[in-house]
Amino acid sequence: MSHVSAPEKNSAAARDREFLVFSLGDEEYAIDILKVQEIRGYDNVTRIANAPDFIKGVANLRGVIVPIVDLRIKFRLSNAVYDEQTVVIVVNIADRVVGIVVDRVSDVMTLNAEQIKPAPEFGVSLPLDYISGLGNLENRMLVLVDIEKLLTSQEMALVAEAGE
Amino acid sequence: MDITDFYDTFFEEAGELLEEMEQHLLELDVDSPDPEQLNAIFRAAHSIKGGAGTFGFEALQRTTHLLENLLDYARNGELTLRRDLIDVFLETKDMLNDQLDAYRQSSEPDPEALERICQVLRQLALEEIGEEADVGGATAVPQQAPAQPEPQAQPEPQAPATVAAAGGHFCVALLNVAEKDRRLLIDELSHLGTVKSESGDESRYEVMLASSLSSDDIEAVMCFIAEPEQLQITSVADEAVVAENAQEPVQAEAPAETESKDAVPEPKPAAATGEKRAAPAKAAKSAGESASIRVPVAKVDQIINLVGELVITQSMLDQVAEEADGKRDGKLTSGLSLLARTARDLQEAVMSVRMVPMDYVFSRFPRLVRDLASKLDKDVELVTEGKSTELDKGLTERIIDPLTHLVRNSLDHGIETPAQREAAGKSRTGNLLLSAQHQGGSILIEVSDDGGGLNRDRILAKAQANGLNVSENMSDEDVWQLIFAPGFSTAAEVSDVSGRGVGMDVVKRNIEAMGGHVEILSRPGQGTTTRIVLPLTLAILDGMSVRVGEETFVLPVSGVIESLQPREDDLYPMAGEDLLLKVREDYLPLVAVHTAMDVRAAVTDPTQAIAVIVQGQGRRYALQVDELVGQQQVVVKNLETNYRKVPGVSAATILGDGSVALILDIADLHRLHQSKKTHGAFHGQPQQGMPQAFNPASATHDAGMQSPVSRTH
Repeated sequence: MSHVSAPEKNSAAARDREFLVFSLGDEEYAIDILKVQEIRGYDNVTRIANAPDFIKGVANLRGVIVPIVDLRIKFRLSNAVYDEQTVVIVVNIADRVVGIVVDRVSDVMTLNAEQIKPAPEFGVSLPLDYISGLGNLENRMLVLVDIEKLLTSQEMALVAEAGE
Repeated sequence: MDITDFYDTFFEEAGELLEEMEQHLLELDVDSPDPEQLNAIFRAAHSIKGGAGTFGFEALQRTTHLLENLLDYARNGELTLRRDLIDVFLETKDMLNDQLDAYRQSSEPDPEALERICQVLRQLALEEIGEEADVGGATAVPQQAPAQPEPQAQPEPQAPATVAAAGGHFCVALLNVAEKDRRLLIDELSHLGTVKSESGDESRYEVMLASSLSSDDIEAVMCFIAEPEQLQITSVADEAVVAENAQEPVQAEAPAETESKDAVPEPKPAAATGEKRAAPAKAAKSAGESASIRVPVAKVDQIINLVGELVITQSMLDQVAEEADGKRDGKLTSGLSLLARTARDLQEAVMSVRMVPMDYVFSRFPRLVRDLASKLDKDVELVTEGKSTELDKGLTERIIDPLTHLVRNSLDHGIETPAQREAAGKSRTGNLLLSAQHQGGSILIEVSDDGGGLNRDRILAKAQANGLNVSENMSDEDVWQLIFAPGFSTAAEVSDVSGRGVGMDVVKRNIEAMGGHVEILSRPGQGTTTRIVLPLTLAILDGMSVRVGEETFVLPVSGVIESLQPREDDLYPMAGEDLLLKVREDYLPLVAVHTAMDVRAAVTDPTQAIAVIVQGQGRRYALQVDELVGQQQVVVKNLETNYRKVPGVSAATILGDGSVALILDIADLHRLHQSKKTHGAFHGQPQQGMPQAFNPASATHDAGMQSPVSRTH
């Protein structure tokens, strides 16, 4: 664990952190629970023209217009179906509210430092930047996503680039 | 709690006091000044001085002190007002504003300017009164309180009115002041004099103070750090009477008295007890204080949002109830209709919170007109009408610049010099009218002068010289519109007031950006009227809902001219795929919303669709939609709060069923259509700044987009 070298960093990381676990297809992902504002169903999303396909559009969240991103399409998971179980996790990142579509929200997990393993080297092609680590939980593996970094990244096209 | 916490409050209050002072100075009739107004001006200076002393803003304190002295003479009739004196006062007010700004930015005001203005004021005092005004800079508040004739709140009715003007013992009662704040207030009091004793509890804590100041000096200082209703200042003959006095009703009236006596110009012995007169004054003042609160706009907007949601939920409930049972329950029906009415009223009430009277805008013009007129050697009388007309706060701020420009133009180019006016058989004094009135869902603002009017020939000549397409047969209205062209100025020579040729086009652009429009009426020799029509608010838009495929879009009604069903014969193809629609004599490009916005399952045959003729930023074209749905007011929601600018879309709104509809930007939609044609593709135009490969089909080229966990592949 080369990235946790300084002692105080070690003790900070040793504190338990809570994650919201959700699944995309058969894979399990987790995001920092402190970023989550609420969880709601998927309905009434208005399509936005000329936007990337993973931006499903915008929805009305109690009077606030919120963009809805489908992570399943973003991560290229085989089938993105919208049914009763489809869930939108509303997250609060960088002073913005964004909804992310996932297949299912399973539970809230507490992970301690030992259970968080560094993200493996995936070779050349994967966006490791957005993965803060892997959660090891008996026979389950959770991919810990840095949701703020992911959603504010340029490739998500959620935030207007400078000079536009 | 630190005293610097109060700086902002002080700056804000002092700024308002200065505004108030200026307004009174401008309104003041020099020949027979209204004592109330003189008092108000004096009070403003006085309060600022007190606060400046407390916070150690020495320059501000010195200047206000000198000004205050002069004003004091003026209100006592010892100083006869003249126009040039008012000029000096106004100049001082500007200087005070500068000083305030400097302190606000935590820097010291310009010392030279300070010396200069102090010198002017001292000189004035010397000439007019024959005495050197005191420069009280060293102490927190000047020890000397010159010639303050007001009666003090004396327990003995027979006490001569002026005796206790300054100095004596005071009982300062702090009401409902928390213990931690109390310490600070007492520290502050100890700067003003000697604290003799203190006792009491949180609800009422009394401090005996021996001070050479007058009670309203003390109050002026203290009111910057405590609410006026938390303070009671009583002047007492000696400490012994305090205990008794505390129980007497006169005590309770004391603060009212300290306030009221400023409002009473001539000291009358009868006023020394003053309870009767004090009561209404106190009531008026406290009403003024509690009548308004400062709230951040974001909070108001949040309430507007929530109320909007409430209205939508209510209409959904209504629908559900209607569908749920045919034999509707009477109670449910009446309850729902009551809810509907309340929700609507609530929405209206909340929207009105954003509205401010036009006075907010108009109040800055008397000064501007006065200064400009004297600079240009013109006599101009400004009249404002409809000050109480309300307009959205966001709009009032944006209308100031265009209006200022129009007023300057009127003064500079419109209204003639007195000599010219006399020669033309008009009164020497020019008239400038600023008016505002509601007209349906819009506000009509007019700037009107009785000057020379626009010169048709000169405008035409100038337009020709600028290479604009003009002809002699153009109607007057069309000619006047020419002056809104960029770089257009007919002024014979450039003055530093106006006439640089920048401006009218900016005025027009700004007003159109606010969703309004501007027109000019002018008659040679009789004057010019510029009329601005604005929507009342940017938060609500008159929208026309249209359906395209299965999607609903909203068009701003202000941009819609007409709609029609195109006939085969009126459609002309151009350059292959472009279509022109002939509407009477005009050929308008036909832009299909379904191509611009990528809508599937829309009507593609124009003859089966509806063409909406729209106009935006001077460009007129036809928009092809499937169907007109209806017209309604919609609440405008910003898309950029959580997302980003979407090409062709200005904002979004929430429809009755709770879903989001996009509001189309007429001018931008045309641009989007053009750029789509140029690029021949719907995705990845440079203007959108989006990476190309979001399509799963192109995954092989797309390194970064795969699932981080690859086992499902």
